[in-house]
Amino acid sequence: MRGDAEAHELVAPGSLTAVLELMAGEPGKWTPIAGGTELMVAHASGRLPASKLVSLWGIPDLRFIESDTQSITIGAGTTFTDMRAHPAIASDLPLLAKAAAWIGSIANQTRATLGGNLVNGSPAADSSPALLVYDAEVELISVRGRRRIPYNDFHTGYKKNALAPDELLFAIHVPRRFSAHRQYLRKVGTRRAMAISKVALGATAMLDDGFVRELRLAAASLAAFPSRLYRTEDALCGKSVDANSIGAARAALLAEVLPIDDIRSTAEYRRRVAANLLEEFLTDLRKPEGTA
Amino acid sequence: MSANWPPISMTVNGIEREVHVPPMKRLLDVLREDLRLTGTKEGCGEGECGSCSVRMDGELVNSCLVPVLQAQGSRVETVEGLQCDGGLHPLQQAFLACGGAQCGICTPGMLMAASHLLERNPHPTMFEIREGLAGNLCRCTGFVRIFESVIAAASRPEQATHAR
Repeated sequence: MRGDAEAHELVAPGSLTAVLELMAGEPGKWTPIAGGTELMVAHASGRLPASKLVSLWGIPDLRFIESDTQSITIGAGTTFTDMRAHPAIASDLPLLAKAAAWIGSIANQTRATLGGNLVNGSPAADSSPALLVYDAEVELISVRGRRRIPYNDFHTGYKKNALAPDELLFAIHVPRRFSAHRQYLRKVGTRRAMAISKVALGATAMLDDGFVRELRLAAASLAAFPSRLYRTEDALCGKSVDANSIGAARAALLAEVLPIDDIRSTAEYRRRVAANLLEEFLTDLRKPEGTA
Repeated sequence: MSANWPPISMTVNGIEREVHVPPMKRLLDVLREDLRLTGTKEGCGEGECGSCSVRMDGELVNSCLVPVLQAQGSRVETVEGLQCDGGLHPLQQAFLACGGAQCGICTPGMLMAASHLLERNPHPTMFEIREGLAGNLCRCTGFVRIFESVIAAASRPEQATHAR
């Protein structure tokens, strides 16, 4: 069934302040729309529940990339094209650059925003594993002020998040301290472009004399929302990476993940491929740095 | 029917246009129905197939996913604006010469994606061509002739990079 344009109100107040005031006036009544690559799909098929939408497109206060020595801050309205083109992201956040390059197609990347990807809250979100293994924080904003929380606490359930009804995702802060870590990100989908992931795994790790000193693992499409794999991390921390610890890590991952059968894949395929991705990363980790 | 909607203006293929339509109307529908620019096609209507590709402020977008209010004040280029000096764009000539167009539904979107690619990257590698057109689906050609068309146009740099 076709969506009816007249059934939806859409306004573009043009500034961040005006958007926040509108949302504060009627908390929960306004649905923000940025590049529309998610909401307009629902609209086209008549499945867009929101009757009142407020446009975030073209608001400069939301579309920026700033960096200092400690971190890189990305405005929620920054597009994946913006991120692909940014030298600091390419050099310091290669996993995020990679995710930005493989999301959708060129025509999606020019419109889809980092904030939209996170607020939409798909379990398969392409930017999420990278942000989780980089220990990113999100900054939320409303007329009441701003607050920062770990991105890891942002998703609270399937398509649920920590935003209050009058709040907007303002920016994502990504620390730069991971450039010395070994890093990994791989997505498995039906094809290179346009595919929503069947499973994706990201990792950052620091080794000390062959032993795992620090490790972060995060997955998409293995639970109701993108999540760290803490128990799998625990199975590896302090261990040397060898056949035994890889086997134990695979077992820990298989016990930890909660994938489902859906239109794109099966739970069993996702579990097995996730374990294979983990093994690929750990096998790379055993090689000297720079050869992986 | 149109009187209640505030005006939305944009420059389409170099011409100032103003429409009075619901702000959530898709740019695709405004182009086709209100501006009678039917070169831009609808395929999937969900941003997967690229048939509706146009350029908005120089960026390639799927016009089916753009609520027209977000095109307010922007510069929109469609396949109708691709011609140069009253003749076919070198890419259009190459698509004809190389068999890059068959049924024609994907062709306007392919041309927009390809012209966008060549404007930024006049001599793309095959990988870059495949990436640049990855969001555009064709069910006739098997893609190879489309890629060959882009290569043929790119080998004439003085014309292929002609930017509108």
